[in-house]
Amino acid sequence: MKALFALAFKSAWARRFLLTITLVAIALATSLLLAIERVRLDARTSFTQAVSGVDLVVGARGGALELMLNAVFHAGGSSHTIRWDSFEAWRRHPAVAWAVPVSLGDAYRGFPVVGTTPDYFRHLHHGDKKPLTFAAGRSFAGDLDSVFEAVVGHTVASQLGLRTGERITLSHGMTELSPLHADKPFTIVGILAPTGTPMDRAVFVSLEAISAIHLDWVAGAPTPGLSIPAELVRKFDLAPKTITAFYLGLHQRADVFRLQRAIHSYVQEPLLAVLPGVALDELWSLLTQVETTLLTLSALVVVVGLAGLSATMLASLESRRRELAILRSLGAGAPEILLLLATEGMIVTAAGILAGLVLLALALIPLAPLAHGYGIHLSWRPPAASEWMILGAIFLSGILSSLVPGLRALRMTLVDGLTPRS
Amino acid sequence: MIELAEVVFRWPGQRKPCLAIERFHLAPAERVFLHGPSGSGKSTLLNLIGGVMRPAQGRIVVLGQDLAALRARRRDRFRADHIGFIFQQFNLLPWLSVLDNVLLACRFSSRRRERAGNARAAAERLLASLDMAPSLWRRPAAELSVGQQQRVAAARALIGRPEILIADEPTSALDAERQLAFIDLLLSEARATEAALLFVSHDLRLARHFDRIVEMQAINRMAGEADR
Ligand SMILES: Nc1ncnc2c1ncn2[C@@H]1O[C@H](COP(=O)(O)OP(=O)(O)OP(=O)(O)O)[C@@H](O)[C@H]1O
Ligand SMILES: [Mg+2]
Repeated sequence: MKALFALAFKSAWARRFLLTITLVAIALATSLLLAIERVRLDARTSFTQAVSGVDLVVGARGGALELMLNAVFHAGGSSHTIRWDSFEAWRRHPAVAWAVPVSLGDAYRGFPVVGTTPDYFRHLHHGDKKPLTFAAGRSFAGDLDSVFEAVVGHTVASQLGLRTGERITLSHGMTELSPLHADKPFTIVGILAPTGTPMDRAVFVSLEAISAIHLDWVAGAPTPGLSIPAELVRKFDLAPKTITAFYLGLHQRADVFRLQRAIHSYVQEPLLAVLPGVALDELWSLLTQVETTLLTLSALVVVVGLAGLSATMLASLESRRRELAILRSLGAGAPEILLLLATEGMIVTAAGILAGLVLLALALIPLAPLAHGYGIHLSWRPPAASEWMILGAIFLSGILSSLVPGLRALRMTLVDGLTPRS
Repeated sequence: MIELAEVVFRWPGQRKPCLAIERFHLAPAERVFLHGPSGSGKSTLLNLIGGVMRPAQGRIVVLGQDLAALRARRRDRFRADHIGFIFQQFNLLPWLSVLDNVLLACRFSSRRRERAGNARAAAERLLASLDMAPSLWRRPAAELSVGQQQRVAAARALIGRPEILIADEPTSALDAERQLAFIDLLLSEARATEAALLFVSHDLRLARHFDRIVEMQAINRMAGEADR
């Protein structure tokens, strides 16, 4: 058995140039399939981790997914707002442990700006219920004396090279070309530690700051002739009138459905309360079809790679007639011949898979920051269960596809005997 | 040692049988020279004795063992244990070293491994006595001359002292001088291990070195009739 493995290896090594081509094909196919699976898996965990600890997300009545995308992932167009009063009403509900409002719509160089309260950093979690921490600085104060303070997420800071103490100018709207709130710069007072969630890409300011930068704005544009300097904003009422959504944490998770029903029947304003987990499940089921298509396509690429293995091995059989006859004369029988070919397939497939893993690791280096920009935390880590299954399936298919040349070799040795006539 | 009786064999896909042998035998330690024209079925006969092919009819008994009674697996094992083969050319796996090619015979047969004692030492001794310089032992077989390759093949056939040596035109790729030298070596090694030798060739000049000469046409009723 060990001897046969050594034989298979040496024989394959003698044909390494041809086999390397199939190996590379298998490696590329493997890394493609794995990359798709990894993005799929990591997108799920990233999204799920982004709402860790939040029991309900409440916003204007509409689509649940829309609300989630908007309020949690800061994606999608500006949605409807809800009244501050509604937030005040529900935060006092006896079942509610904490409530955090968010107001969206502005941006800083393409990164979404989240207007909120310092409670945000206390109550929101990421990953496996890990609290938010500051890599540098502190939360914005959230009082009227220091309205123009901002906290930036880790990606924002690292991508733009920001440090605490620097000043930034927000823009109105999410695109790079949006008009600027140039007259009211913010000072960065804190930088969040990385979370692997959309929070990494966000800029956080107080709700009052959001009000302040829009004081002299009407209908999404600066009012001509009216400009209120930053020093004077305190003279105005900066208390928020509307917000985009708020997050609720409950004393008892068991109350969540009861509270959800209660919010839905709130008569003062039509509200929607979403259980993040349920909404995400909805999102996944929408994405499943896309994922399945991608996975099927890349599985087909793997099949093509393995077919290449089969073809290469078949093609080399003709020149190996002598080799096989020699082994026959030395006592090799059908099992040994089959095993020899299967071992070769196994070696090439295994090497291809390993090379594929290396390729994946290399591909993650440029891919991870890219995906991080979308709130997906991609990282090199040992394969997860489903990835092991994929690797195992490729490995088995590799052995199976070497059975085609294996059976052909058997037939050849049967008709050749000890004296191949070519 | 080897007994054939009423053996008929047909290659797959051919209408006429290629072999029809009433009787053929080989005694222990006997050296037999088998000759006959091309296509008379000499190599085919060796396939049958080696248990690689099965006859349609008849009995083939090797070392007291009826090959027909053995399953394919056991026939392969039997061949590995008791028969050493040398062919006309390309006997070696080109990508293995000389030494590993010789040791290959022991890899497939534990009996020959045991009989060789220290297999590596036995291989080296055989190579040395077959005039193979030690500097060649670790070279890939592909780098050897044809004459050297045949001697390595002989060493592989001899290692572990199989009872039967079968050589199918082992000298036809060699020049006249080397043919004689090779046959001398083969015969003396066969004598040393008391192996029976079945030597196939159409070169009758070589026949005088052997105990007995067998003509293929004389034993094979189908000789010359099979389509070439
Ligand atoms: N692998 C094979 N498949 C089918 N027919 C074969 C095969 N090998 C040999 N034959 C046929 O069997 C007959 C005898 O061939 P064989 O090789 O035994 O002759 P030979 O006496 O060894 O000839 P040579 O001296 O040329 O080696 C020939 O007609 C040949 O066509
Ligand atoms: Mg022949």
